[in-house]
Amino acid sequence: MIDQPTRDEYCVVACADAWRGDGEILASAFGVVPTIGVRLAKATFEPGLLVTDGESYLVANTLPLGAPDEDKIVEGWVPFRTVFEMVWAGSRHAMLGASQLDRFGNSNISCIGDWAKPKVQLIGVRGAPGNTINHPVSYWIPNHSPRVFVKNVDMVSGVGYDRAWEAVVDERLDIRRVVTNLGVFDFETDQHTMRVRSLHPGVSLDEVRAATGFELAADDDVPETRDPTEEERDIIRNLIDPNGLRKQEVPAA
Amino acid sequence: MPDKRVSPDDVVAEVRDGMTVGIGGWGSRRKPMSLVRALARSGVRDLTIVSYGGPDVGILCAAGVVRKVVFGFVTLDSIALEPNFRRARESGAVEAQELDEGMLYWGLFAAATKMPFLPLRSGLGSDVMRVNPDLKTVRSPYGGEELVAVPPIELDVALVHVNRADAAGAGQVLGPDLYFDDVFLRAARRRFVSCERVVPTEDLAKEGSVRTLRIYRSMVDGVIEAPRGAHFTSCPPDYDRDEAFQREYAKAAGDADAWAEFRAKYLDVDEDEYQVRVRRD
Repeated sequence: MIDQPTRDEYCVVACADAWRGDGEILASAFGVVPTIGVRLAKATFEPGLLVTDGESYLVANTLPLGAPDEDKIVEGWVPFRTVFEMVWAGSRHAMLGASQLDRFGNSNISCIGDWAKPKVQLIGVRGAPGNTINHPVSYWIPNHSPRVFVKNVDMVSGVGYDRAWEAVVDERLDIRRVVTNLGVFDFETDQHTMRVRSLHPGVSLDEVRAATGFELAADDDVPETRDPTEEERDIIRNLIDPNGLRKQEVPAA
Repeated sequence: MPDKRVSPDDVVAEVRDGMTVGIGGWGSRRKPMSLVRALARSGVRDLTIVSYGGPDVGILCAAGVVRKVVFGFVTLDSIALEPNFRRARESGAVEAQELDEGMLYWGLFAAATKMPFLPLRSGLGSDVMRVNPDLKTVRSPYGGEELVAVPPIELDVALVHVNRADAAGAGQVLGPDLYFDDVFLRAARRRFVSCERVVPTEDLAKEGSVRTLRIYRSMVDGVIEAPRGAHFTSCPPDYDRDEAFQREYAKAAGDADAWAEFRAKYLDVDEDEYQVRVRRD
């Protein structure tokens, strides 16, 4: 292939890399790009992952987005009740979404404004409180902006490091990655504050800082997000997402 | 065996002002929508609704029968936010009790098993504790770990929708997930199951594996035959979600005039007329 990898492909492999080394755990993805990412990870470097179809089947084979039931090789049945049990047991790594995220990794999917009478009612905390203190989580933020990366979230749904410390559950917290359309972030600082792990090619640190509403930790020399391999690009384009749905979720670079 | 078949009106007659009503299904999946529509028309007031919420919550909020919603989420699945629930929350028309979704299961299970509480980690450190000041914690007698003591969520009435049932109340879910329907029924004082089709008891095991027979007649007080009764939510393998109709619902909910029209056309009519009006040939 002679063309350059595109931003959406960098995002997909950055999501896939979040599950690297996880082995035989339940890998759950919310959003188009993480869904492609988790299938890519399973198809290549992390074959042990258990991946669901979003309803209740564990699917063994690599399928395109939206594949019909008859194409699925089903290797297990995980109704929501069983998912809850796996959450509580810690044998899961989920990549979640967030409408707000702060520097300690507290996330909000519940509401904007005062909880008692919100300005905007969102979906609700869902399983985020339990997810964050029971098993590893990562976040996918397709539109990196100061509206998402805020000083304080309005309703702590997913727990961050400062709140976990106060509640004495910090040893249980493991926020692995935040993948955005601009770069990859982690919490590997002394205070567990959000740090730039890599920037997608063409993105500057100044641009990311301007799009982040809190002070972002960064080393002097920030690496670029790794290139997708030829094999990975082939699987993304021709096998998992032939219709290019990922491009609707990631703004063009 | 007893014949427990009843009409939707019989169910509605048992739901009185101020009661707590649990609704099975999940999001916009296998919701007892025919009973929800009957409740929306009933004029009952001040209900507390407990639900893995979907359009059931939205329609009941819009009908003005709800005082409080107990939920972990409310969503239409293919449309992330439920517009009627949004408006009810943003206008302050309903109270909220927002819980982690696992906490909701545990509260229903505590009620179902007559436990004063069940311990859970989920919730610690999150604002679920802030907005639920009545939620208490408990120390493990085996090592001292602090945990949330989830209290029982007791229901006056539970409503669920399944694929098949017999007249005595044995219920059968043929789709991929029972969700928490059996727990809702066990947590409730009066329990009603609507179904796509009432079949003779001897046919249940022909419809699907015995492992689909998870709702026992001892868990059910009334059976309502309601073909396409989950519409517009999904009810596999009988039918998928009616995405076109759901979009029409969501669009109408965003505008007062459009909603009045939608309500007059689809919600102020009886169930037979509703099914005629939503049919797409």
